[in-house]
Amino acid sequence: MLLETVGLTKRFGGVTAVDRVDLGIAEGETLGLIGPNGAGKTTLINLISGVVGADVGTIRLSGSDVTGLPAHRLAALGIARTFQGVRVFKGLTVYDNVLIGRHTRMRSDVLARLVPRPREVADPDWARSLSLIERVGLGRRRADVLAGELPYGDQRRLEIARALASEPRLLILDEPAAGMNPTESVGMRALIESLRVEGLTILLIEHDVRLVMDTCQRVVVLNFGRKIADGTPIEIQHDPAVREAYLGTEAVA
Amino acid sequence: MDAVLDLLRTYSTTIAVIGVSALLALSVWLTLYAGQLTLGNAAFMGVGAYVSALLGRVLDVPFPLALVVGAFAAAVLALPLGAIVFRLRGVYLAIATLAFGEIVRVILLATPITGKGQGLNGIPPKTELWHIYLSLLVVAYVLWRVQGSSVGRAWAAIREDEIASASQGIAVGQHKLAAFVIGALIAGWAGGLSAHVTFSIDPSDFGFTKAVQVLVFAVVGGVPNVLGPILGAGVLTALPEVLRPLRDYRDIFQGAILLLVIIYLPRGLVTFVDVRRTRRLARIGAVDVA
Amino acid sequence: MAEQLYNAVFIGSIYALFALGFALVFSVLDILNLAHPTVFMLGAFVALFAIGTLGLPWFVALVVAVLVTGLFGIVLDRVAFAPLRRRGAPALSSMISSLAVTLIVVRLVELRYGGDFITFPAGAVPAFVLRVGDATFEGIRLAIVVLSVALMLVLTYVLQRTQLGRDLRALAENPRAARLLGVDVERAIAATFFVSSALGGLAGVLLAFAYNTLDSKMGVPLELRAFTVMVVGGMGSLPGAVIGAYILGFGEVASLVYLPTELRDAFAFGLLFLVLVARPTGLLGQKSPDRV
Repeated sequence: MLLETVGLTKRFGGVTAVDRVDLGIAEGETLGLIGPNGAGKTTLINLISGVVGADVGTIRLSGSDVTGLPAHRLAALGIARTFQGVRVFKGLTVYDNVLIGRHTRMRSDVLARLVPRPREVADPDWARSLSLIERVGLGRRRADVLAGELPYGDQRRLEIARALASEPRLLILDEPAAGMNPTESVGMRALIESLRVEGLTILLIEHDVRLVMDTCQRVVVLNFGRKIADGTPIEIQHDPAVREAYLGTEAVA
Repeated sequence: MDAVLDLLRTYSTTIAVIGVSALLALSVWLTLYAGQLTLGNAAFMGVGAYVSALLGRVLDVPFPLALVVGAFAAAVLALPLGAIVFRLRGVYLAIATLAFGEIVRVILLATPITGKGQGLNGIPPKTELWHIYLSLLVVAYVLWRVQGSSVGRAWAAIREDEIASASQGIAVGQHKLAAFVIGALIAGWAGGLSAHVTFSIDPSDFGFTKAVQVLVFAVVGGVPNVLGPILGAGVLTALPEVLRPLRDYRDIFQGAILLLVIIYLPRGLVTFVDVRRTRRLARIGAVDVA
Repeated sequence: MAEQLYNAVFIGSIYALFALGFALVFSVLDILNLAHPTVFMLGAFVALFAIGTLGLPWFVALVVAVLVTGLFGIVLDRVAFAPLRRRGAPALSSMISSLAVTLIVVRLVELRYGGDFITFPAGAVPAFVLRVGDATFEGIRLAIVVLSVALMLVLTYVLQRTQLGRDLRALAENPRAARLLGVDVERAIAATFFVSSALGGLAGVLLAFAYNTLDSKMGVPLELRAFTVMVVGGMGSLPGAVIGAYILGFGEVASLVYLPTELRDAFAFGLLFLVLVARPTGLLGQKSPDRV
């Protein structure tokens, strides 16, 4: 198990957003997380990535208890994520965005930077960042473009490049295909697939059920903060509890 | 050449003030660069001024050492401030730093050794113009280079989006605190230099008015670029001199110019210098100040 | 003791009147109007002009001052805030533009009246006293307290019960939604500034009457205290501002007993800092200081 949560709970005022959720992700697995709007999916990954603190429960990364660690520590330990509604650094270039992603893997170079040097010599991570930019389909030439100038779909790609820059053990994608047209979705699917093939452990939240079914080996379903199903895509499709959650009845999907 | 030296001599105080103001503006610029709005740097300047002046007068500490200690005193004072307020954002942070600055000023006012309301007089004029401008050059250069380093990028990221920054592994709180403390260090150093130019200091020099003035220099000058605060300090300090013929109407013109710049030049005066980048930032509506 | 209490109530009322206008603009538009102390000062000087130069009786001068400062508030918005709003500038820009206006207006007043303290022409300001037992209460101060309370009630009524009030609250909540729902945003904003500045101007006139002095810098000490009042009461909350004002008023009068005069200012700032650190939302605050 790469990541495990036990009895994870989070309350906001009177609302229990995440209710005693037990989740496990094995190394190399691609796990899908689905559920109706408001089911608690984003809150769950906010808990896992340290953006919010849990009220009850534990989170374990490779067996060690990481509950309560702040986001930047978890990032250093190998958890990377993207955000629902892209959060790239708009005023910074594509290149800088990815370079910030590498923050945990880079040594502080303040003293070195005091002496001006041509770019290639000054940034050993330069080549790596550029290759990541290409990897997600952005193209080297865009490296100096401000992130805010990119079209939405490219900003999503950038976010993934930024997340990959830290060489994470677990990559969390929060609705990567949201708002994408069919062509872009296909591209996103291919990207996720290629990452999976490389052996990266991925936790994927998506509303695009087909994307989830096609790329994930296992799927967890949340509703009202509680885990209501956990199994292979086929099993989930036929699970009556899941159908009820989405459709409100036992009708055929 | 003689004419230049003559000019320097006549306007030496103004030139000194511009240099000090530019240093102060840079100290605020740094915290703004990290997305933090601070109104406390005038107080840190005051701490640097008083500590270095008193060390020289009471303990006969040599000038350079007094400056250093003054600057460090300011930095040390900034530590608890940063740790306490880094949870706050935007307007709240500004007000908290203002309150902190005012408390420091009031304490300076009430402590007997500082001469209280009368201030400290007879401070030996040890500062040369070259001290000020060398400091300015060094600070500006370092800040410029730091921008391209991992720390500088981290600050820029924090300015853009704190949560996303944390998720990239940036220890947001520590970085903000560092910006605060280094800003205080620079302000304290500037204070020490300033005290030894103006012969006398009193607490009202380091209050709300000064804090706002310094902030205005940085913002009007323009934030994304290190040149911005320097430009802002230079133009806004020189302006009253240039407008001297206008005498009584000077402040009105200053206010009017400030108003026009803030409304029509969103990126500040630096727009004239860095047009291309400014236009790109404007196009994507990037916010560069907290 | 009664005198002290009375003083505290009086000071609290002035702070409340001043802070109400300040808080109103902040709660509706999310901007710190740093020109507010200027309308405070302006109100006093307009009254001075009305009485001294135009020879009007004091109550007419009062009304004129309030109306003029209210109108000035609308002009202020058009000149300093509206253009920034249009391009979505950050809050800091509004602070600086209002500061610029302050510079201009203060100087203009100084050009006409100089920077020193001025008093009203003799006999122009009513000065009646009320004697209760051993204590003497100046009529003006009493009037201020009563007026402050009355105005707060009126303002509350307007905000809760009238269409305008509803519009303002909608605007405060969500400007875009308000526009979509048909709220005449421009009119609501103009109304906000009129009321806010009129209140500020009124506070200025009343204070000037009470102390019979005014000067170009009279708004400055109030400005800093307004921050404390708003933070203590809760940013964006009008009742909070009122409560905060009285807390500050009482606190300051009490602290004068225990603290040396130089540290008097420290009370306001110490309180402010403490609240920001311990409970940034203040007593009744609605806007989260952790807004990311």
